[in-house]
Amino acid sequence: MSALTTRPSSPGASASGAEAVPVLLRLDRVTRVHGTGAGEVRALDDVSLEVGPGELVAVMGPSGSGKSTLLNLAGCLDTATDGTVVVGGVDVASLDARGRAALRRRHVGFVFQDFNLVPALTAAENVSLPRELDGVPVRTARAEATAALAAVGLDDLADRFPDDMSGGQRQRVAIARAIVGPRRLLLADEPTGALDSVTGEAVMRVLRERVDAGAAGLLVTHDARHAAWADRTVFLKDGRLVDTTGRRAEPADLLDDGDDTDAPR
Amino acid sequence: MSIRHAMLALLQEQPRHGYQLRQEFETRTGGTWPLNIGQAYTTLQRLQRDGLVEPVPDAEGEPERFRLTAAGREQAGSWWSTPVERGAPARDELAIKLALAVTLPGVDVDAVVRTQRTETMRSLQDYARLKRRIPADVAGADLAWSLVLDSLVFQAEAEMRWLDHVEGRVLAQRRSPRPPDDAATAHPTPSSSATEDAPAGTTRHRKARR
Repeated sequence: MSALTTRPSSPGASASGAEAVPVLLRLDRVTRVHGTGAGEVRALDDVSLEVGPGELVAVMGPSGSGKSTLLNLAGCLDTATDGTVVVGGVDVASLDARGRAALRRRHVGFVFQDFNLVPALTAAENVSLPRELDGVPVRTARAEATAALAAVGLDDLADRFPDDMSGGQRQRVAIARAIVGPRRLLLADEPTGALDSVTGEAVMRVLRERVDAGAAGLLVTHDARHAAWADRTVFLKDGRLVDTTGRRAEPADLLDDGDDTDAPR
Repeated sequence: MSIRHAMLALLQEQPRHGYQLRQEFETRTGGTWPLNIGQAYTTLQRLQRDGLVEPVPDAEGEPERFRLTAAGREQAGSWWSTPVERGAPARDELAIKLALAVTLPGVDVDAVVRTQRTETMRSLQDYARLKRRIPADVAGADLAWSLVLDSLVFQAEAEMRWLDHVEGRVLAQRRSPRPPDDAATAHPTPSSSATEDAPAGTTRHRKARR
């Protein structure tokens, strides 16, 4: 199983500071077991995966196949029973709970199906909140939030409250929050699940743009048409990685950004 | 579908000659269904024979342009107001392959599903790359082509979902090979349902073959 697909580094896609961290997320033969004895469940079984800057990887699979476990491990919310999880160059197993929380705040942003914005805060406040909790001065945090909102095309709506925004706009705020400040590992759990098809596609465009600008994305989705926006799609089944679909490596890919297809095959 | 309706529809806009008709058809559908120039001219000749189009008296030496007759305008109009018939299902190699895979001994159904899913996902990835090159707010011919692309995307996605469904059902069947007794009796017998469906089904088959 060649899950450890290393993409040739794309110099054009690097964002500020991204060069220092060649791989933002690496899972090396990771197993996560819940329970013991007869009740033992292998939620994740010997899974290897890498996501670097400028790379979006989609995860598909039926319910209970290990998608959530994978996201939780990548987000330092859970620890592996076996194998190695490296986030932002740091082995998660080497850290205690506090250390994991710090690592998560520094590198990881989450995007959920139901947005998870704080209703009493404006878009800008929602985006700057995690940075303020990090102890970053409020002025700096606000400036970072403004930049992140501009990156998702929402600078005009910075002072709006979530209830006064559409679902698509709320999800873009959530994406801004996920990449605010130095955060570059974007973990998205069914980000288009609550959106209609047109809005969902618009959100995928924003997600893709942010990844192209240097973030690393791990996207869990049931929608194959959205998974197709990723560079690779991995399929999980019973905790095992059963298949990886990536782009075909063509000689032309080495010469330009690869968007050289003129007609559907 | 015959190309006749598409040509009548394009002639609703303005008179055109065969080459223009072919070009407009391909532009608006992104070249997804290439049309050769011979087909375009043959179709025009038949439309003229049937009294649906007529040549426009143009200057000498210009390529001959065609416009709709009253009957042609009526036919073009009725195309929009009539739904496209689903008709009899086209012969679907994948459905047939899976139907045989689950019934023939020694076929690794999981592998068949996996191989196909990889291929279908690759198609979807190709489509997604094309979509990324089309801005979200396009209009006109670009919108038309973008919607044709969406149609291909949704078809491929439906295939992915069906493959997942096949995998799930085969797995469930493997875990409990014998269906529960009440489930067995709850099944409508294939013969009774076939009889009910037969008249409608046969009519549709005939229509689709025309």
